[in-house]
Amino acid sequence: MTGTAMEAAALGRRFGRRGDGDWALRDCTFRLPAGSVCAVVGPNGAGKSTLLAHAAGLLRPTEGTVTVLGTTPGAARARLAYIAQDKPLYPQLSITETLRLGHELNPGRWDGAVAERIVAEGDLDPHARVGSLSGGQRTRVALALALGKRPELLLLDEPMADLDPLARHQLMGALMADAAENGTTVVMSSHVIAELEDACDHVLLIGDGRVRLEGPLDDLLAAHVLVTGRDGDLDPHTVVESRTTGRQHTALIRPNGPLDESWQTTEPTLEELVLAHLRSPDAPVLTLTREDEAEEAAA
Amino acid sequence: MVEYRIDRRSGVATYVQIVQQTKQALRLGLLEPGDRLPTAREVVEATAINPNTVLKAYRELEREGLVEARRGLGTFVRKSLGTTPADSPLRAELDAWADRAREAGLEREDVAALFTAVLDEHFRDDHREGDEV
Repeated sequence: MTGTAMEAAALGRRFGRRGDGDWALRDCTFRLPAGSVCAVVGPNGAGKSTLLAHAAGLLRPTEGTVTVLGTTPGAARARLAYIAQDKPLYPQLSITETLRLGHELNPGRWDGAVAERIVAEGDLDPHARVGSLSGGQRTRVALALALGKRPELLLLDEPMADLDPLARHQLMGALMADAAENGTTVVMSSHVIAELEDACDHVLLIGDGRVRLEGPLDDLLAAHVLVTGRDGDLDPHTVVESRTTGRQHTALIRPNGPLDESWQTTEPTLEELVLAHLRSPDAPVLTLTREDEAEEAAA
Repeated sequence: MVEYRIDRRSGVATYVQIVQQTKQALRLGLLEPGDRLPTAREVVEATAINPNTVLKAYRELEREGLVEARRGLGTFVRKSLGTTPADSPLRAELDAWADRAREAGLEREDVAALFTAVLDEHFRDDHREGDEV
């Protein structure tokens, strides 16, 4: 895949009545290649939802810019789909009417067959009013609406949170199938890191409103090593997190050069990588999508 | 056609699991030359994994000469692996051996350890194959 689906440059957002509140996002700079499936992870209040709402064009940056599909979020609106965390839909409409709304509002783009299949997989009565559905069923309708639009960029804020395991698997499968067939770029935030590990190929870790880690999943994992051994010197490697229990020393590091052979090494999982960074807010930033940015961030 | 089963807790990279399961299907004769592998879309829809993972596995199988991608048609099996179809005499012997091991009071782990030890002895230079059981 070539091209950029989403790009932020020094993006910052501050809330508060006169824009004098706390920074929800600060100095966010990253680039997401088109065709990626990107996991946006981070603790509660880190700024994940704020970032997605900016990409969807629902919030205006206090400073910096966000570019999606080569243009402003407003100009790209027809080509992107966004599902907010609370899955807003019209409660008085039936499922059929909701899909018809999708059809009418997306002339020339709408794929009714895709939307109907997603609804049908959930065994939902098409005449049921949206207001009568459970949270997970509403999520299914929202995803049907979003995928029916055939977006080039799909922004999902905690999409899987209220789904049962079967629906989660089905809908993640539907998202991946869409990505495989149409090259759709998918950006989704979640707290459940383990379930994202197999689906995503790109990671954006946000902490305290800032980008902490960013890059292709494989590259990020390969840039880190979990080491265990007897207490010893870890210079010149970058130590993200380190613990000592008795004589045993455990650390997550970014190796700079060859490692001493006395260390036992394993590649971390995404979950281990994210947890180590969350426990160590002072670990240096690492962004891998662009070399020049990585250097800037380290400086 | 073959169906992949992804074990998230196995510690084996997902694409390697697909490579291994494809080879296993080739060894058991579940896949034969000329058969089409499932498309990336079909695999990810069923397993909810990233499409690039499937493509990476298929590229690896292609690099090993086991399958070939035909543009617009799909990925096809080029050659089979090994000579041990599911109903071969070797399998029957192993089956009988496992029966005896069980009668002798061995636990599953004991049998696996024993089998792995013998395997390692006979296939010393070929650890990757040994790992694929």
